[in-house]
Amino acid sequence: MKITLKVWRQKDANSKGAFKTYEHSHVSQDMSFLEMLDVLNNELVQKGEEPIAFDHDCREGICGMCSLYINGRPHGPLQTTTCQLHMRSFKDGETITIEPWRAKAFPVVKDLVVDRGAFDRIQRAGGYVSVNTGGVPDANEIAIPKKIADEAFDAATCIGCGACVAACKNASAMLFVSAKVSQFALLPQGQPERKERVEKMVAQMDEEGFGACTNTKACEAECPKGISVANIARMNREYFSAITSSYEVMAKGGGD
Amino acid sequence: MKLDSKAPEGPLAEKWTKHKFNLKLVNPANKRKYDVIVVGTGLAGASAAASLGELGYNVKAFCFQDSPRRAHSIAAQGGINAAKNYQNDGDSIYRLFYDTIKGGDYRAREANVYRLAEVSVNIIDQCVAQGVPFAREYGGLLSNRSFGGAQVSRTFYARGQTGQQLLLGAYGALNRQIANGKVKMYTRSEMLDVVIVDGKARGIITRDLITGKIESHSAHAVLLCTGGYGNVFFLSTNAKGSNVTAAWRAHKKGALFANPCFTQIHPTCIPVTGDHQSKLTLMSESLRNDGRVWVPKTARPGLKAADAVNIPESERDYFLERKYPSFGNLVPRDVASRNAKYVCDEGRGVGTTGLAVFLDFSDAIKRDGEATIRAKYGNLFDMYAQITGDNPYKVPMMIFPAVHYTMGGLWVDYNLMTTVPGLYALGEANFSDHGANRLGASALMQGLADGYFVIPYTIGDYLAGMPYEKVSTDRPEFKEAIDTVQSRINKLLSIKGKKTVDQFHRELGLTMWDYCGMSRSEKGLKFAKEKIQKLKEEFWSNVAVLGGAGELNQELEKALRVADFIELGELMIDDALNRSESCGGHFREESATPDGEAKRKDDEFAYVAAWEYKGENQSEALHKEELIFENVKLTQRSYK
Ligand SMILES: Cc1cc2nc3c(=O)[nH]c(=O)nc-3n(C[C@H](O)[C@H](O)[C@H](O)COP(=O)(O)OP(=O)(O)OC[C@H]3O[C@@H](n4cnc5c(N)ncnc54)[C@H](O)[C@@H]3O)c2cc1C
Ligand code: SF4
Ligand code: FES
Repeated sequence: MKITLKVWRQKDANSKGAFKTYEHSHVSQDMSFLEMLDVLNNELVQKGEEPIAFDHDCREGICGMCSLYINGRPHGPLQTTTCQLHMRSFKDGETITIEPWRAKAFPVVKDLVVDRGAFDRIQRAGGYVSVNTGGVPDANEIAIPKKIADEAFDAATCIGCGACVAACKNASAMLFVSAKVSQFALLPQGQPERKERVEKMVAQMDEEGFGACTNTKACEAECPKGISVANIARMNREYFSAITSSYEVMAKGGGD
Repeated sequence: MKLDSKAPEGPLAEKWTKHKFNLKLVNPANKRKYDVIVVGTGLAGASAAASLGELGYNVKAFCFQDSPRRAHSIAAQGGINAAKNYQNDGDSIYRLFYDTIKGGDYRAREANVYRLAEVSVNIIDQCVAQGVPFAREYGGLLSNRSFGGAQVSRTFYARGQTGQQLLLGAYGALNRQIANGKVKMYTRSEMLDVVIVDGKARGIITRDLITGKIESHSAHAVLLCTGGYGNVFFLSTNAKGSNVTAAWRAHKKGALFANPCFTQIHPTCIPVTGDHQSKLTLMSESLRNDGRVWVPKTARPGLKAADAVNIPESERDYFLERKYPSFGNLVPRDVASRNAKYVCDEGRGVGTTGLAVFLDFSDAIKRDGEATIRAKYGNLFDMYAQITGDNPYKVPMMIFPAVHYTMGGLWVDYNLMTTVPGLYALGEANFSDHGANRLGASALMQGLADGYFVIPYTIGDYLAGMPYEKVSTDRPEFKEAIDTVQSRINKLLSIKGKKTVDQFHRELGLTMWDYCGMSRSEKGLKFAKEKIQKLKEEFWSNVAVLGGAGELNQELEKALRVADFIELGELMIDDALNRSESCGGHFREESATPDGEAKRKDDEFAYVAAWEYKGENQSEALHKEELIFENVKLTQRSYK
């Protein structure tokens, strides 16, 4: 196969970027999208041109490190991660445009690499159950109905890739945040910190500069793990019930 | 050098309890006076950093990815073992210990393996308390399955994403300590050297992968939780970034490297499609329960899966069923892998490269119906179809073995300390618990055992004997280490050669795979050693690394890693040459039974081979830790 690539090149966070065009004639349909870029990069290095920087690690669709906005869609034409996309999804002679994730909260680092540190900071605000190592009860002391466990699992499979943000015209992170909030709102282990967690995570999300959710559901359509927007609805309920009940606590004057 | 395993005396089941009692403690108020560096945030690193932070130590944690959650542990699929005996099917700590020691072909330390089995039960409790969503039964209790031929159901799992869910649990615990200010997290930060002051590990040198800045960090102890080195083969199931640099740099500073030639090859991976191949994808071993492995009786180069269906039964060789009638397609990983290699060496391999064998489900589909097979393997079949473009319900799958895990690693004693005082190794980075072959679902167990339940105890014993004083990074030892790192980087950038880093890495990988992979011979190993020495020379005179040192430079990152892989490759070959027995995952051609099966030599090789670095272009020195078996009887495996 032969393809034409229009790739976003940007030296660093402070430079202005631009598209650069490459003719790529050594493409086989068995290559993954990232292997296609590997081959191009090797050719560039041999020609003495700087290779294209992009993020990746597991190449199995699970670490969430790969990204790329391909022909106007995060992770390209299939609902999968870029590392699991193969060139047989493209036509011979096609022109493919590759950009980084575009969002204020994900600044470009170089070429196609962005900084998703905001996601870590949101998780740090409360995306966990506060238990120390040791001194916990036997695992089978807590029985959890299979239906609840399965629903929590579905939410827990988010890989933190950021495609939901890249897909959203408002660059909202609601799908990502609601996945973690849902996992713990559903499970008994998450109950003690249920209110505090959603408040803190939402506050951090707002602070990072992600946009508001206007229910276009573009996130769900592009999420490689099929995280459902039902989680967003749940998070909204959780949030409102949390803030109303914390007002009550304040009105009573708090504790000592 | 005398290797002291520090394994406690006394009855097996009491060793760890007794040892814990004898370890010195650090008073709670004094813990904050100690700094600990944790390199790596996979299962081993994240669990260690979180647990040490909870205890009150000041922790600095490092990873090269953009987030600690992306460590390679995330990719583990099948599950994690624990001797809970929830299924009432006869499991016990002793049975898990016994299976693990035997599975490792009697090349691991009894005391370590017993402790691993002992703390396995705590791991499951801990993870459930964190909210890890393990699979459950309708009654709400945890579900188990039997894995990798085990006689009991002791594997806990979270669909096919066990590693992900366990790591996200540990990541949560780590995040909590970062939020509390007890752990400071450095992402996109790669350790390039360890710093030794007065004979003790007192810090590391890192490169900020965004700015290229070389930085020094000092501490009272350093933990390497940096994973395995399977990528020395270039193609493996490991994540692309997995590397040996941290362990190798430590090795060059005095930490012995144990059993480097012990690598595990997994039989069911998706085969290579061409020179562009960048990594290999694992397909669950469970497929061999219903799939039949075959190749044509006579060579048919380039045979496609679509044409395989037209080959009559009489012209097919179901070679595993033929050679191992009682185990058939369910022979252990190493036997299945080796035999696939043999038929391909004979020229009977299939597919465009000839490096593949068929895994055929047509009989199973005929017998049980497509719906049943779909229910069992649907997600695997979909994944296979997505990657290869073939439909495994209609045509046979193609599979080939791939490097999957490395049992070798830094030598550690019972406290997980390397031969450098204050330098520890946890998880896949150490050599400790899997002997010559790892059982399925036991790497996740070991990583979390080390991080949650071993190091929090053993590190106290060391720190209790250390003064509180911090060492300054202005000391000459730090300056020297920085200079070495910087001149290495400058050298790589100045070569401006013709061959890319990937080209060198592929060549290295191919040599290792051909001569130091599943099957080895003295002649082949000696040939490979020469090849690698030449490759090293060529690398340092002809590698092309563009860009500068002070920026995000992925080619430079790769070049630094490949330079270390080349050196490791040579040591693996030396180790393989020395170990002239067939053992665990690898077959030594000179050490076979009359019918061509693996023959272990317990009288000669029941030891850990630990190698000491002796300087540039010098042979490494071999030290032996004799393995003493007081509780199990050594037996040879047979699958005929
Ligand atoms: C496809 C696959 C499936 C598997 N399935 C299973 C399974 O079902 N059950 C099982 O028990 N095991 C399984 N394993 C094995 C298991 O996943 C690994 O052995 C285990 O997760 C290793 O964990 P770790 O914490 O030691 O290292 P890793 O998870 O590899 O983490 C290494 C860490 O070190 C960091 N690092 C490395 N070098 C540096 C450096 N120089 N500077 C800074 N940071 C560095 C990385 O950033 C990372 O954070 C599987 C492995 C693979 C490849
Ligand atoms: S919700 Fe989906 S798209 Fe968003 S980060 Fe998680 S996995 Fe990626
Ligand atoms: S590289 Fe890990 S998800 Fe794509």
